[in-house]
Amino acid sequence: MTETRQDIVHYAARFDPAMPRRSSTLSSHLRALEAESIFIMREVAAEMANPVLLYSIGKDSSVMLHLAMKAFWPAKPPFPLMHIATGWDFRDMIVHRDQLTSALGLRLLVQANDAATAAGSTPFNTDSREWARIMLIDALKAGMDRHGFDAAFGGGRRDEEKSRAKERVFSVRSAGHGWDPRNQRPELWHLYNTRVARGETIRVFPLSNWTEFDIWEYIRLEQIPVVPLYFARHRPMVDRGGTLIMVDDERMQFKPGETATERLVRFRTLGDWPLSGAIESDADTVEQVIAEMLSARTSERQGRLVDSDEAASMEKKKREGYF
Amino acid sequence: MTRQAEAVAIATRAEEAAKGLLRFLTCGSVDDGKSTLIGRLLYDSKLIMEDQLRSLAADSKKHGTVGEEIDLALLVDGLEAERQQGITIDVAYRFFSTARRSFIVADTPGHEQYSRNMATGASTCDLAIILIDARKGVLTQTLRHSYLVHLLGIKHVVVAVNKMDLVGFAEERFDEIVADYRAATSQLAFRHVLPIPLSARFGDNVTMPSNRMPWYRGAMLLEHLEAVNVAVDAGDAAFALPVQWVNRPHQDFRGFAGTVVSGRIAAGDPIVVAKSGRATRVSRIVTADGDRDAATTGQAVTLVLDEEIDIARGDVLVEPRARPEVADQFAAHLFWMHEEPLLPGRRYVLKLGTQLIPATITSIRHKIDVNTQKQQPGRTLELNEIAFCNLHTTQPIVFTPYTENRDLGGFILIDRTTNQTVGAGMVEFGLRRASNIHHQHVDIDKARRAAQKGQKPCLVWFTGLSGAGKSTIANILERKLVAQGAHTYLLDGDNVRHGLNKDLGFTDADRVENIRRVGEVAKLMVDAGLIVLASFISPFQDERRMVRDLFGEGEFIEVFVDTPLAVAETRDTKGLYKKARAGQIKHFTGIDSPYEPPEQAEVTVATGELSAEAAADQILAYLTSHL
Repeated sequence: MTETRQDIVHYAARFDPAMPRRSSTLSSHLRALEAESIFIMREVAAEMANPVLLYSIGKDSSVMLHLAMKAFWPAKPPFPLMHIATGWDFRDMIVHRDQLTSALGLRLLVQANDAATAAGSTPFNTDSREWARIMLIDALKAGMDRHGFDAAFGGGRRDEEKSRAKERVFSVRSAGHGWDPRNQRPELWHLYNTRVARGETIRVFPLSNWTEFDIWEYIRLEQIPVVPLYFARHRPMVDRGGTLIMVDDERMQFKPGETATERLVRFRTLGDWPLSGAIESDADTVEQVIAEMLSARTSERQGRLVDSDEAASMEKKKREGYF
Repeated sequence: MTRQAEAVAIATRAEEAAKGLLRFLTCGSVDDGKSTLIGRLLYDSKLIMEDQLRSLAADSKKHGTVGEEIDLALLVDGLEAERQQGITIDVAYRFFSTARRSFIVADTPGHEQYSRNMATGASTCDLAIILIDARKGVLTQTLRHSYLVHLLGIKHVVVAVNKMDLVGFAEERFDEIVADYRAATSQLAFRHVLPIPLSARFGDNVTMPSNRMPWYRGAMLLEHLEAVNVAVDAGDAAFALPVQWVNRPHQDFRGFAGTVVSGRIAAGDPIVVAKSGRATRVSRIVTADGDRDAATTGQAVTLVLDEEIDIARGDVLVEPRARPEVADQFAAHLFWMHEEPLLPGRRYVLKLGTQLIPATITSIRHKIDVNTQKQQPGRTLELNEIAFCNLHTTQPIVFTPYTENRDLGGFILIDRTTNQTVGAGMVEFGLRRASNIHHQHVDIDKARRAAQKGQKPCLVWFTGLSGAGKSTIANILERKLVAQGAHTYLLDGDNVRHGLNKDLGFTDADRVENIRRVGEVAKLMVDAGLIVLASFISPFQDERRMVRDLFGEGEFIEVFVDTPLAVAETRDTKGLYKKARAGQIKHFTGIDSPYEPPEQAEVTVATGELSAEAAADQILAYLTSHL
């Protein structure tokens, strides 16, 4: 029996129109970012026939969902959430996802590549690039096609990675979901061109202009619940060539001589547990995470094994249809 | 974490909370060192983290252009393709912050062929850094960048005279360049221009004062960026909110969601729907954080109004004392952004604020040479060209001049077939108040005139290749109609070109104008109660659709005279194909100019199989059953 997350219960209650409103304490910089993101989400809701919010349960998704709740309040966001599940997400993430969407009364779709799982693919026996392709990219394409979505919100930020720095807020994908970086539409002012041909779709990035620091500051000031894995706890860890992997369930494949040891760690990014590297840290509150980040000397994507292959890997993945 | 570290962090955050945001762009040519300058700002603001530095060191070996040193430009040149070419082809957005301000930097390409990317970057910025290579001084491209920055409405400019290290940090050289620049840009509407001598590569006057240029006593670049006040003096600007989305979760709530683009609104204030003129008051300003007493520019809110009046997405809510213009014709500067040239008369989709309306460019007043700003005549507009134009929308739209408000004066044009964003425009002024162009009321109308003739007027539009048999079939059809007592008129392509359209040639632009005029003439004739037959190659779908849009439901009957090119060319009744093949006629449809067949013609006659007589009978049968 999973414990009920009280922070999620209290959070959901805030969006009940009958409850008293809380006052916002954002900086003018964050207020500007928030207003821009809300504008973008409303444009999509107004102009697209069938949008979806790609919900990956991480901190960026948490902020994106929070912005969606605000943009359409007192109505609910006029689109469902879709989670691309691999079957290897941290258990804490699934708990967070299910409790939050149920408390907020939102429609959640879960899409997975069941065929690949049935064929025996695991993150232990599959190359990390190939794993991302079949479990994230293919499953995302299948989900888009299955439900006929014409627009998908993603939590990508331009500060994350060099190829994202050049991506538009509204990014058109061909019928095969590919991205052509040489043929992006000019995007002037806040005039977003949402027209697409049949079969084409648009990825929309309402957090384009946010930085990692903005995200955490916003989470702190707006008191948005995030998955507890972001905060330091003693967890069963395996040290694999300097990367700390958490043993989240019995499917862990130990190498000869490996054992799990309890270490005080937290995660800067979340994904599949066998592919997510933790950092040693004692930061167990949002305040401490921010303080630690301000003195951090390593940027956040380093913990993601999926991305460490080569500098331009994100650009290649996007050409293939990843967020 | 130590208590000390935490205290530092919290102090930093307190500063963070108070500070604002500045969006600026950098422009300059390939070798002026834009990317190096941004790399320098990021590097010196200590935001370059260790692993990024590691991958940078690896990248520098692969692509670097400065030998053994770390190439700062590689920090910002993102896409693989451009890293290999060593140039920046698309706008890249970078982020850094200091204790005093957060910055979003649009790094834009300098090449003339990428001017559209520069305009994209400039559209959301409040300040521009224009780089000049101290060795080269003010160049044509410096003036082009300055003009574009001016056109996009940026009021604050930093003239960064870079590579001072390569001219011996000479004050005279700097003064000379600044004097040249001021003389060349005196006509541009900048509010504040600050020239700074610097070296992005070594950091002089970027974030640190330069002891190699003691003669310069002005602000360093970063110091200026932190302090400059770019706020528009909009203290008394009138309230405006374009409605994005109607929020109606249940019967008891109806709100209008949108972002305030100008001025301020308070609960209880009167508002007017700009287009319809309906007036009411704001009863609540709703946000998820609770109702507000007031909302100001830039805030995303939901307004609840006192009375239920008809409001939809695309409407603009404004305060009664200062209503924006409402018109269906206006003059604007237009920047063309697509490889397919602009065709006056062709219909595009115009997006301004939340309004989405079909529009045509009715005339190009003059083109503007982006390098010299000289005016020149022109009939079309190619990629990266700018013109001052008149535009016409199918319905009145709400706008203000761009110089007054970017959100109510900036628009994009979208191609209806490819959905590409093909143009960006800045409204200068309305040409006629829509309220003044009501059609003159006449007592005898189309229905009356049609009744008198005992027929239902319509336009039968023949389209197809030259030599397909359009005129022959139209001729036979008209004979048959007249024999049945109908009142008709036949408009033929060749005949019209002898008179009404004798000033037009066969370029794509002229073909569009040819069809536009014929459409308008046919409309008058249908209005007069006639059955009009029009026989024109009319190769483009867009233009046929433009004519169709002039007519009511069922009044436009498109007849596709479907003849294979080979058949038409074999017939070659006028000997034109032969000449076209010999290169004596340019822009000949089917040879070196495309024909786009109709997708949903009312009637298709296959003249490869049917005689002209039988084809006319087929059309007559359609008309008899539909009229």
